[in-house]
Amino acid sequence: MKEIDQINLPEDLKYSEEHEWVSTDEDNMRIGISDFAQDQLGDIVFVELPEIGARFGKGDEFATLESVKAVSEVYMPVGGEVLQVNPELEDAPELVNADPYGQGWLIEIKPDEPSQADDLLDKNAYLAMIKGD
Amino acid sequence: MKEFDTPGASGLIMEEPLLFAKAKTGRSGFSLPSRDVPRAELPPEAETRRPDLPDLSELEVVRHYTRLSQWNFGVDSGVYPLGSCTMKYNPKINEKLAALPGLAGAHPLLPEAMSQGALRLMFELQELLAEITGLDGVTLQPAAGAQGEYAGMRIFYAYHQKQGQTRRKVLIPDTAHGTNPASAALCGFQAIPIPSNAQGILAAESVAELMDTDTAGIMVTNPNTLGLFEENIGDIAQIVHDQGGLVYCDGANFNALMGIADMGRAGIDVLHLNLHKTFSAPHGGGGPGSGPVCVHKELQPFLPLPWIVKNEQGYTLVHEAPDSIGRLHAFYGNFGVMIKAYCYILSMGPLLKQASQCAVLNANYIKEALKEAFHLPYDRLCMHECVFTDQYQQEAGVSTLDIAKRLIDLGFHPPTIYFPLVVQGAMMIEPTESETKEDIDSLIRAFLQIAREACEAPDELHKAPLKTKRKRLDETLAARSPCLTG
Repeated sequence: MKEIDQINLPEDLKYSEEHEWVSTDEDNMRIGISDFAQDQLGDIVFVELPEIGARFGKGDEFATLESVKAVSEVYMPVGGEVLQVNPELEDAPELVNADPYGQGWLIEIKPDEPSQADDLLDKNAYLAMIKGD
Repeated sequence: MKEFDTPGASGLIMEEPLLFAKAKTGRSGFSLPSRDVPRAELPPEAETRRPDLPDLSELEVVRHYTRLSQWNFGVDSGVYPLGSCTMKYNPKINEKLAALPGLAGAHPLLPEAMSQGALRLMFELQELLAEITGLDGVTLQPAAGAQGEYAGMRIFYAYHQKQGQTRRKVLIPDTAHGTNPASAALCGFQAIPIPSNAQGILAAESVAELMDTDTAGIMVTNPNTLGLFEENIGDIAQIVHDQGGLVYCDGANFNALMGIADMGRAGIDVLHLNLHKTFSAPHGGGGPGSGPVCVHKELQPFLPLPWIVKNEQGYTLVHEAPDSIGRLHAFYGNFGVMIKAYCYILSMGPLLKQASQCAVLNANYIKEALKEAFHLPYDRLCMHECVFTDQYQQEAGVSTLDIAKRLIDLGFHPPTIYFPLVVQGAMMIEPTESETKEDIDSLIRAFLQIAREACEAPDELHKAPLKTKRKRLDETLAARSPCLTG
């Protein structure tokens, strides 16, 4: 597993305490899991994503990641409607490990209240949280 | 790297091809008796393609299966400390009695009058399990623990229906067995997780916060998957009962409690036992399971059918009852497993209590012996199993998986790993009462050797196992691209 200082945390994303990330630079938001989360889970072997059009509140469970170690739920950092799910992950779940912020994104949503993202952590606050773990 | 005599110190492992690859046309393992009737041609409609069977001698077939059996590892070959599975020794007298022709050959459709012995055995086993758990009614129908949970949740549902209520939720702690939420969901309940407290057990206040009149009850694994006794169970049961709910106990870990805890007095309404764990019937690949469900007398009318009752004529089966949840299994459950459990209980008698005490003592002995070398997240008295993590070894990049694989080289079955989920990198060790002090000491030395190797040669541990016929398997590839057809 990685040392904390090897964890890649892009500056322009927001992070949740449950280790999801959100890109907030456009109206629609992309959601995935952090480099720390993928490293902790180990090799991901199956990704279960929601239907396009499904609606979830902030904190709701929207996806399941199965790794060789465990099955984990993924929670909505911001509530909204699912516009897209990453179609590559069905055949290539390893993208979540290899490129968690790029090709390994999970879903894209239209947020109900974009301001919910303001309550999330920035890179430094998230880093401080995982150091404290 | 040999530092002491481990059971896995040496070995002669044969390669073995498929029987089809060994076959040579014309070889045969049997001879037909000489024909004493005139030769006759088969009518064309009876002709079919010759079955594709390999031509082999008897010795080739015997060696094939003997070699395959030697690749296997079971409790008869070595220490098998698989947490929450209670891989205790399966005494051979159980097998001897279960093989008696009158029992093994008993046809399930024989009339009751000709099955009195089998019915008596089942009836008496129910009575014994009721006494051991402190509950009133027992069904032997469920085929395994998870089906016992399913029966329990169906009983929850039927009970509330009878009260004129439909309750939608069931509370399940994060230290419960993974099958619990699945069983609740299968019966239409929403599983509501409850976090355990800093001591690794459930606090009564956490239950009080979530328990309401839309909640059918709670499912508690006790002892829980951290090997800790849920000591607040009495208060928790009171809170659940006050809101009209029921208390289910997953008794898969009952091996810590025989003759010690009275689950009826603790407020448990429904409990399942695993005869193939606690009561010494073979487990896993060794045969089918059996998960009897024990209930408080108020819930007896809901037990699955058939019921075995005793009257002046002897033992008889009841096939209909208005409130029963119905049938769960063909005929009467897995009868062979019941014979073995019955035999175990009668051969042990009051010593069952000592078996539980020794199981707890052995787990605590291991916990104390290893807690310097391995991180112990909950340092307190444990029950029948103890949970360590790989936190100290992670500094050298060695993981729980590496430690488990290296144990195979040293001749031990690995413990349960990465479970319970509330502990990161968990190793859950359950020695059971069966092992001698010498064997437990040998297991402890193996763990300590691996802890030293993690400091001195961490890269070697990533390659383990090194002595087995197949080395480190690619579990990720197997999970991502399963090949299920050979």
